[in-house]
Amino acid sequence: MKTGIHLHGLCKTFHAGGQRIEAVRDLDLSIGRGETVALLGPNGAGKSTTIDMLLGLLAPDLGSVSIFGRSPAQAIAEGAVGAMLQTGGLLRDLTVRELVTMLASLYPRPLPVDDVLALTGTTHLATQRTQKLSGGETQRVRFALALVANPQLLVLDEPTVAMDVEARHDFWTTMRSFAAGGKTILFATHYLEEAEAYADRAVLMARGRVVADGPTTEIKAMVGTRTIEATLPHAPVDSLERLQGVARAERRGARIVLACADSDAAIRALLAAFPDARDIEIRGAGLEEAFLQLTQDRDSRQEAAA
Amino acid sequence: MTRLVFARYELLRLLRNRRFVVFSLAFPLVLFYAIAGANRHVRDLQHTGISAPLYFMVGLAAFGTMNAVLGAGARIAAERALGWNRQLRLTPLSARAYLGAKVVTGYLMALVAMAVLFVAGASLGVSMAAARWLQMAGMLLIGLLPFVALGIFVGHLVSSDSVGPAIGGTTAIFALLGGVWFPISRHGVLHLIAQALPSYWLVQAAHVGAGARGWTATGWLVVAAWTVALAVAARWAYRRDTRRD
Repeated sequence: MKTGIHLHGLCKTFHAGGQRIEAVRDLDLSIGRGETVALLGPNGAGKSTTIDMLLGLLAPDLGSVSIFGRSPAQAIAEGAVGAMLQTGGLLRDLTVRELVTMLASLYPRPLPVDDVLALTGTTHLATQRTQKLSGGETQRVRFALALVANPQLLVLDEPTVAMDVEARHDFWTTMRSFAAGGKTILFATHYLEEAEAYADRAVLMARGRVVADGPTTEIKAMVGTRTIEATLPHAPVDSLERLQGVARAERRGARIVLACADSDAAIRALLAAFPDARDIEIRGAGLEEAFLQLTQDRDSRQEAAA
Repeated sequence: MTRLVFARYELLRLLRNRRFVVFSLAFPLVLFYAIAGANRHVRDLQHTGISAPLYFMVGLAAFGTMNAVLGAGARIAAERALGWNRQLRLTPLSARAYLGAKVVTGYLMALVAMAVLFVAGASLGVSMAAARWLQMAGMLLIGLLPFVALGIFVGHLVSSDSVGPAIGGTTAIFALLGGVWFPISRHGVLHLIAQALPSYWLVQAAHVGAGARGWTATGWLVVAAWTVALAVAARWAYRRDTRRD
């Protein structure tokens, strides 16, 4: 168990304004050394809370965290971890190069500052004061601060949120070349495309739990579905569910909702079997919806088992 | 090595921060010339036995150095607001080294502020033996200890929006009641209050320049008590702020 990252039985509940929010519920996750894993989930799924506990910024109510056989604090003290958190600004009154150099001085085996600036596309910003940077430039510098540690584990919490398309592309290119050096990378995102393109494996979180975990292609097939909605008052749900291409069917009043593995086949089968279906809509299921569906399934299975 | 590089950049940031430089260096200097310049020939300021230039030189050195070390608190609050302390918690820099760098840079700025005021004092005729200058400087540095702790306390307690007024107000009260702007009369309630304040003893370091030996036992006791009390408070505020739940 010396290698890799292990999160075991993590629980975290917040109390806010008399409300209990179970942010993370009994989460287990293991990541092998050298793996690039996407932590995928809608907002509020518990991704950031999980990352904060992984990094030791937040103490779990229950459960344990091990980073290469060490506690988060030990791993950080050894300079094995680099991270880019979701929020956070840059120290002002320093130039970009000075700030990166300042951070580099804290690590036992930092990357050369010039290399990091080149890698993150910030060389042209090197002599600028940090308070003069744009939002996208700030993100790049924050990425540089995470990389300069030359960490074994790189943790990125929704790193591309403030970036435009081009910056996003550059960012992931850099990350890929960094990953090629055998580094372990965990990044949180709510973009399925990012997970698919840049991770070996995706872990889906919803409502504080892992609801699916597997190679990104599998996960994509699972959540990359389309939904057909139509007004169809009298069709029984179980016969809808038997239609070709339909994974699940649900009734909402006069409307039916079909989650489809193959929406082309499903729409043909639907119209063949129920020609009176009206007001038909076909759309890509949002991740959020797919996640909720997955969690509901799991919750109801657990309730049934109990 | 690590800490040297880190502290060097801390210091660089400080010197580039205009507001800070103005308040801890320029402001006291200008006030010194304004107040002491007008009274430069007063040999015994309000029966203190101290010349006006000497009295106000030490008074404003106390004011400038208080601002210098309390500035560490303002920087802590600003860095908290920025999420920078979270970033630093992901580096091998220990909490102790972080606070250490803040204290060291605060003290370095205090030394500069003091040196500037001493030179200004000499320009208005303040003179004494080298050993006296050193002793006075030493007393000021020791007398600043409570304010170092106060800075850390406020920096971890107060939001960055209100840290400016909080520190400015605190400095103003300590300065006024400690006798920075005018000597506290030897009798009355004000004197009793003043004696219990660490800022009063900073200003009292001026007596060394006029031949006295140093603080009285009361002085040492007051400075020590404030240092301990504020260090405890600083520790509490720090823990409360960095609690991980």
